[in-house]
Amino acid sequence: MKTSVTAAAVLGGCLLAGGLLAVAASGGLWAAQAAQVAQNMDAAVDMHDLPVRWSPYLVGGGIGVVSILAFLLSGRGLGASTSFMQTGGMLERKFLGVDVGRHEYYRENPPEISWQWMLVVGVLIGSFGSSLASGTFHFEWVPEMWRAAFGGGFLLRWAAALVGGALLGFGSRLAGGCTSGHGITGSLQLATSSWVAFLCFFAGGVIAAAMLY
Amino acid sequence: MLTTLHKNRPAQLVLGLALGICFGVLLQRGGLTEYDVLMGQLRLHDWTVAKVILSAVLVGMLGVHALHAAGLAKLSASPGSLGGTVLGGLIFGAGFALLGYCPGTLAGAVGSGSMHGLLGGVPGMILGSVVYAHAYPRLKGLRNVGPFKTRTLPELLGMSRGRAVGLMAVALALVLVVLYLLG
Repeated sequence: MKTSVTAAAVLGGCLLAGGLLAVAASGGLWAAQAAQVAQNMDAAVDMHDLPVRWSPYLVGGGIGVVSILAFLLSGRGLGASTSFMQTGGMLERKFLGVDVGRHEYYRENPPEISWQWMLVVGVLIGSFGSSLASGTFHFEWVPEMWRAAFGGGFLLRWAAALVGGALLGFGSRLAGGCTSGHGITGSLQLATSSWVAFLCFFAGGVIAAAMLY
Repeated sequence: MLTTLHKNRPAQLVLGLALGICFGVLLQRGGLTEYDVLMGQLRLHDWTVAKVILSAVLVGMLGVHALHAAGLAKLSASPGSLGGTVLGGLIFGAGFALLGYCPGTLAGAVGSGSMHGLLGGVPGMILGSVVYAHAYPRLKGLRNVGPFKTRTLPELLGMSRGRAVGLMAVALALVLVVLYLLG
């Protein structure tokens, strides 16, 4: 009884502290933005499109704060790629009747609704809300830059996205993480493998982009 | 450490969602859910992605190490190898350039309306991960090729963690100043 009361108190306190921190952080961002808006009003810039983009340094700092909160409150850092594997495993189990317990990888990394899976769903919701609020939400079938180089056909763009996605999925599993798990979480803990992965992600990306465009 | 909270599964799922929403808003407002911004970085035209990631690592590194010093966070580092980390990283890079998003920004891009991300990128990522999961026993040999000798940069550089954090903070701050000055 006593432990559950303590647990509830700790949980409540943490959620409250986390909430306050998040409010303070977003309040800071809005304040910085408001200052920017006020500054730019003199230059007769359309106020409406100013809050759409935040300074990359503020955004990065914010992601750093989210990482710190994740370590404090959840005992782990940000990541994304594992969730796609978990989704795949859950789909296999549900629709193909695959006994995932027979696969070594799934035994070591169970396909389930995990903290990180919820994080990725949160990213989708957060981005959806943010793009609606800023009026930038739009259905994009073929991006501008792609259209300029390869034309507006959806089929070609879709095929590239599918193959690219498959390479991302396979590569992130082989490397043990993605731009979030290695690039942010592992790097900030000074893991050798994460800094190597981080460099390889961008080296591979820059080389492939140069071949593509 | 808040181990009671860490072990509370329902609370953790809610926390994951809440932190994800914050992460998603930040990615979207930073422009990191846009194909043109991410590809602009890979084509070395637009340095937004570098500014965001390096700022995140700088702030996160200082904060998480402060938590660690206060006994509030545990640090970990996975082992790496040439066959796993380097090969996997390069394959990832090729996929990053073809799709135009990485896994986290793909989720954000889908949230802000990317249909090529939703219909091509998401099934592709799931497929690639599933193929890996099934091939895992046969890929173990590859992952064991050229294992890295150290797990952390302080070990690699032969210095204390505190000193490595200080050096890294200075290096990251310098790179960010240069990026800022170059615009």
